[in-house]
Amino acid sequence: MLPTTLAFFTPQSGGSPNADNIDSLYKIILVIALVIFFAVIGGLAYALIKFRARKGATAAQIHGNTRLEVGWTIAAAVILVGLAILTFARLGSIQNPPNSSAAGASLIGESESGVLYATADRHLPPNGKSLNITVIGRQYIWQFVYPGANEPDGLGAPYSYEEMVVPTKTTVTLNIVSSDVVHSWWIPKLGGKFQAVPGYHNYTWFKIEKPGIYTGQCALLCGRGHARMIATVKAVPPAQFEAWLAYQKQEIAQANAAAKVARAKLGAQVGAGQVENP
Amino acid sequence: MATVAANPVPQIVAHRATDQRSAGEAHGWTSWITTTDHKRIGIMYMVTTFVFFCLGGVEALMIRLQLGAPNNTLVTPQVYNQLFTMHGTTMIFLFVVPMMAGLANYFLPLMIGARDMAYPRLNALSYWLLLTGGLVFYASLFWNPPEAGWTSYVPLSNALYSPGGGQDAWIYLIHLTGLSSILGAINFYATVANMRARGMSWGRLPLFVWAMLTYSILIIFAMPVIAAAVTMLLTDRHFGTHFYDPTQGGSPLLWQNLFWFFGHPEVYIMILPGFGVVSEILPVFARKPIFGYKAIAASTVAIAFLGFLTWAHHMFTAPIPEALLVFVMLSSFFIAVPTGVKMLNWIATLWRGTIEFKTPLLFCVGFIALFLIGGISGVFLAVFPVDWQLNETYFVVAHIHFVLMGGAVFTIFAAIYYWFPKITGRMLSEGLGKLSFYLMFFGFLATFLIQHVIGLDGMPRRVYEYPNVGNLALYNLISTIGSFILAAGVIVTILNVVRSLKHGAIAGPDPWKANTLEWFTSSPPPVNNFDVVPLVRSAEPMKDIRREVQRRGSASVPAPGAATVPAGATQVGV
Repeated sequence: MLPTTLAFFTPQSGGSPNADNIDSLYKIILVIALVIFFAVIGGLAYALIKFRARKGATAAQIHGNTRLEVGWTIAAAVILVGLAILTFARLGSIQNPPNSSAAGASLIGESESGVLYATADRHLPPNGKSLNITVIGRQYIWQFVYPGANEPDGLGAPYSYEEMVVPTKTTVTLNIVSSDVVHSWWIPKLGGKFQAVPGYHNYTWFKIEKPGIYTGQCALLCGRGHARMIATVKAVPPAQFEAWLAYQKQEIAQANAAAKVARAKLGAQVGAGQVENP
Repeated sequence: MATVAANPVPQIVAHRATDQRSAGEAHGWTSWITTTDHKRIGIMYMVTTFVFFCLGGVEALMIRLQLGAPNNTLVTPQVYNQLFTMHGTTMIFLFVVPMMAGLANYFLPLMIGARDMAYPRLNALSYWLLLTGGLVFYASLFWNPPEAGWTSYVPLSNALYSPGGGQDAWIYLIHLTGLSSILGAINFYATVANMRARGMSWGRLPLFVWAMLTYSILIIFAMPVIAAAVTMLLTDRHFGTHFYDPTQGGSPLLWQNLFWFFGHPEVYIMILPGFGVVSEILPVFARKPIFGYKAIAASTVAIAFLGFLTWAHHMFTAPIPEALLVFVMLSSFFIAVPTGVKMLNWIATLWRGTIEFKTPLLFCVGFIALFLIGGISGVFLAVFPVDWQLNETYFVVAHIHFVLMGGAVFTIFAAIYYWFPKITGRMLSEGLGKLSFYLMFFGFLATFLIQHVIGLDGMPRRVYEYPNVGNLALYNLISTIGSFILAAGVIVTILNVVRSLKHGAIAGPDPWKANTLEWFTSSPPPVNNFDVVPLVRSAEPMKDIRREVQRRGSASVPAPGAATVPAGATQVGV
């Protein structure tokens, strides 16, 4: 494999196994590409220097060479077949999420509510357990909805904007949707990007080993605020994550309760004719 | 009479009275707007599209100025979005595609020994449609220019998110340039099919003509798809339909599929004529026949066919089934094979030749080097897991510019330097030409090579600002400086053209000792192109004619411009 000093020439990696596997596949293609590039550009340079017009030189009147031409056509095809085989060999490690580690957050089995009428192919860990977060793209902010809805219609689920908090050593699957225009979810160190298309579901995953902060931004033009539609993934130890999630739930429950009280009070005021009906 | 030694290159002209050439021609601006002469229409195409190229170039420089420093506030986000939308749309729909049509308008009939296009008035209509589309599109500058990108993805481009009229001007442009291209393509096809010189079988067609034939077929199949797509966008925007609205059973992915089903063949519509230009120029300056004529013609057709099977590789990150991902990756690999074959054929054409380093050859060699990089970066993008990291970043911006600027634009410049003497009768300055080439080549590398790294570092495209992290500021500054070197190279060519129109050396009919029939007539050619069309005996008819004239000795070689019927026309030709 290439030495790490060549990171300049390779995609971002180091956050999640899928990003690392894309990076290693990229490096293999890079080596093949560099060999082909130098061979062809070397041939071109040699021809230009060696066969420049000189006094007394005559050009060879060759119209072609079938054996040579068939040969390099087959050679090109063989290289590309090899590349396809390499890609298929590594595809699984990029697409299929592993199980969470024993030290990861405790997870329940996957249960997806709602009707999916158009989706990309979805990949789950072998044991079917992952922390599933819904990523909602909207102009110009990312919203993250965590499991734990306290009402059957999905309401009351904890959520956050811009910063996604996730537990380490835990497989996190993302369900990517959009509420307005097409966006593209991308945290470079956590793997590739996936479009958030209204009416569709798109899926990816990551699994972070060490606590840390991973940044990214919307990768598909979504309007004037596109450049500022940033996203952060903050990986914390599972216990800390669970505490954070509980706190979020509590905050949201409190806010909802306060809203209920305020609504009731407003309703009473409207009924008594103290304020105009809003 | 000159001897063979004194006049080793027989200057053969097909036209009887070179000096009375312009006697029957109309003059003045009305003669231009009413013309149906393919050469005048070709000139109007080339001048118009070059003006649009300069406008698109100014937009590009403004983009690079904004990105020259992190967190820059030179332009607002709105203006930035308008700039890259105008830049992309201009370069593709108002420069590369119609510039190729302009070159072909002028040279395709000459190369096949025809006196005009098959449908001269339709040809004029194609040009005026193009100009109207371009003017309306640019008129939007005074109101609301479009800002949804040249790809205009829905829902961003629908009435809710892009209420301005600029998006409608964009739709209008797509419709009119599309219609212009379709009519032009039908005309090219009919001309090649019906009006070739006697003896010019399909196997003797110049490779540029093969490329234009394939370009025409691609346009006829691909343009109606985008026309349908933008019509649905128009009715969604104004007449209450829901083709792309997911809340009413429509689909935003339908736009992506239709757009790229046009968009990928469009890539080959832009680059195949350039391949043709290179296949014409390399043999002339290597003094060698093209290596593997049949392989190059066949690979052109193969690329055109495969070009229709690879559209979804622009959509690898969209929610599409895995089977499609795999299919499109493999079809994109397949298309690399005929493209690679062409590269090797061109290098083999130079091999064992006697290469004359004239400006047209330099631009062709620059094209091979840059397109090689663009082709290889395309293989990275075809591998869909890798594309998940690279797509929609500056890596893709670099890739598209290596294939379209390094590819199509460098071949257009090669064509300008190669054919300018035929169009105007005067040579371009070699010194300025070489200066222009080196500025453009190294300016290009400085601008776009580093953009691969910018993309790998995680900078998406179409962002008006970026934070000052890592080396992003340095890389972007390098790219911005490079873009101005590149622009300087283009300006040198403009100066060269302006200067040479009046002061260039007189070219004569065949200054390069070239191989194809356009060099058989005077420079510039008379209205009817040829008085006598020669019998074509090979893919290099001018070589045959020169050989025949030399074989018959100097006595029958006419002095250029002599008012006698030239030997080439009477004795060799018919």
